[in-house]
Amino acid sequence: MNDHTPNSLRSWPDARGRFGEFGGRYVAETLMPLILELETAYRAAKADPAFQAELDYYLKHYVGRPSALWHAQRLSEHLGGAKIYFKREELNHTGAHKINNCIGQILLAKRMGKTRIIAETGAGQHGVATATVCALFNLPCTIYMGAVDVERQKPNVFRMKLLGAEVIPVSSGAATLKDAMNDALRDWVANVHDTFYIIGTAAGPHPYPELVRDFQCIIGNEAREQLMEAEGRLPDVAIAAVGGGSNAIGLFHTFLDEASVRLIGVEAAGKGMHTSEHAASLNMGRPGVLHGNRTYLLQDDDGQILEAHSISAGLDYPGIGPEHSWLHDIKRVEYVGITDDEALEAFQLCSRLEGIIPALECAHAIAHLVKLAPTLGKDKLILLNLSGRGDKDIFTVAKHLGTMI
Amino acid sequence: MSRIAGVFAALRQEGRGALIPFVEAYDPDRETSLMLLNGMAENGADIIEIGMPFTDPMADGPTIQAAGRRGLLAGATLKGVLGLVHEFRRQNRHTPLVLMGYLNPICAYGVKAFCEDASAAGVDGLIIVDLPPEEADLVLPDANANGLDIIRLIAPTTCDVRLKQVLEGSSGFVYYVSITGITGTRTASAADLARDIPRIRAATDLPIAVGFGVRTPDQAATVVAHADAAIVASVLIETLCKESPEAVIRDVRALAEGVKAVSKAA
Ligand SMILES: Cc1ncc(COP(=O)(O)O)c(C=O)c1O
Repeated sequence: MNDHTPNSLRSWPDARGRFGEFGGRYVAETLMPLILELETAYRAAKADPAFQAELDYYLKHYVGRPSALWHAQRLSEHLGGAKIYFKREELNHTGAHKINNCIGQILLAKRMGKTRIIAETGAGQHGVATATVCALFNLPCTIYMGAVDVERQKPNVFRMKLLGAEVIPVSSGAATLKDAMNDALRDWVANVHDTFYIIGTAAGPHPYPELVRDFQCIIGNEAREQLMEAEGRLPDVAIAAVGGGSNAIGLFHTFLDEASVRLIGVEAAGKGMHTSEHAASLNMGRPGVLHGNRTYLLQDDDGQILEAHSISAGLDYPGIGPEHSWLHDIKRVEYVGITDDEALEAFQLCSRLEGIIPALECAHAIAHLVKLAPTLGKDKLILLNLSGRGDKDIFTVAKHLGTMI
Repeated sequence: MSRIAGVFAALRQEGRGALIPFVEAYDPDRETSLMLLNGMAENGADIIEIGMPFTDPMADGPTIQAAGRRGLLAGATLKGVLGLVHEFRRQNRHTPLVLMGYLNPICAYGVKAFCEDASAAGVDGLIIVDLPPEEADLVLPDANANGLDIIRLIAPTTCDVRLKQVLEGSSGFVYYVSITGITGTRTASAADLARDIPRIRAATDLPIAVGFGVRTPDQAATVVAHADAAIVASVLIETLCKESPEAVIRDVRALAEGVKAVSKAA
């Protein structure tokens, strides 16, 4: 659903897959023909009403869309400022926004005649969503997951296996999401003839940032309509957590040309943005090239990629989708940081006040909302993307709270 | 004539192919790398490829990944790699050196400064794995201005139409990645090469080097029977880990003999 009016912020990327100077296709030659083939196939699918109809069918009957828009009354009252709405992506089948993209990509894989699926995963939400659609469409599935993440997201590892996927722990590098993505790319290079790589976030080489965004735009499109119905107007602020940036761009994209809507992306500040342990690529990184695209990266002076840190496995990535890098540079979206401790507080607050246990990823967005809402008048509307549910995180949270389960 | 073109022209006169062994810089330390470069050059290496360590080597298998990690632990930086080249060049003016690596460290160094400094240090060519022709304008002007050959990868997946595009702006030689896969995993068969090399030959006059999965003197001989050069990397790193730098030089000598045993029409 790109808007092709000349001055629209929604018309990117350009023909080279760039958002301003970010994005592009920095991959080894073995993959290049595939990426071009994927782009052609995606253009054709996008223009094909039958593809859209099929996508809509699965999103409605399998994923359970539209997801609810919830007026978070108790949290709004507690904070005493703006009126808060949650876009409840955690109600989707498999418990996060990730499945929106997986349904889209697996339908594309089928169209392209691919017979094997691979994916990388951090928190395991994308891995679970991928394993789920592979079960549904009867395709063999291999998931690459950092060994550290395998340890801290055990329930999701078990889920993936139940769903019939093979989970390969990756122990190179920091053994987290970045390294899982490296190994998924290596698998793809070795199996180009039959394999489709379902990338889980709006990053990677073109056309992935565009197609993942397009598949996630349903979040913002629905929320916009639901809010119009509830309040008769657009939100004043939209907030989302950014790992690679898919749930955030999915929420933001429809509002990019609406100057009245303030957009805020929340990065993981880990143990503090000014420590060495965080995942705040936009706030603390520099532009560079990794995983096929030019974007902000955490890197040292020699261009070696640094290890990210976040309590939330889904945000623990030293890069960011290229569209966010561009939106950061042109200052259309503000990017702020939230620490592990702040996210843990917000995780508990949301659970107690709203009866919704949020994923640690979107607990970062909630933590920023906790700071922001009281500073705004009661007539203001904040729309927050509750990107996933926190069941997968209870072990991590319990450990931090000093409880064993 | 560039140093690389000179070597291939001379080998054509001799009627034989080239051996291109690989050294991951600073694996496990700078001294070993320098010793390997000198030893390889004196024992049959016609050109040497030097790996520039990177934290996220997307196209490399476990062996080169581990070598890169050891290099980084030993303090490898691009500046350090260029220093190594500079030191090698004090004693050796004739063996071409090709740097292989990934784009991000080069961007961090500054593309222009890197090309200038690499050229001044005595580097002859660059292989930048994650820089396809679509993005090559980032480096090509500075590489050309400094007389550095840009050596491109061609894969089994590169179709004929694309082949033209990849060859445009290539110089020195072309690097045929003989398998779809990462370094050090599989090996292309003689039949694969007999099928693939003529396709590339028809599209370019540049020498064709074959890499990824070449391990033994026999395999190197098979490669140069079809192409112009054999690139050998992972197996040498394995030998370095399991045995010693001297054992690597021994293996390079054996590989060189394998290559020299094949005579090619001049
Ligand atoms: C619930 C949830 N939210 C957010 C993210 C972060 O990813 P992205 O920035 O692509 O939305 C993840 C990633 O695993 C996730 O599971």
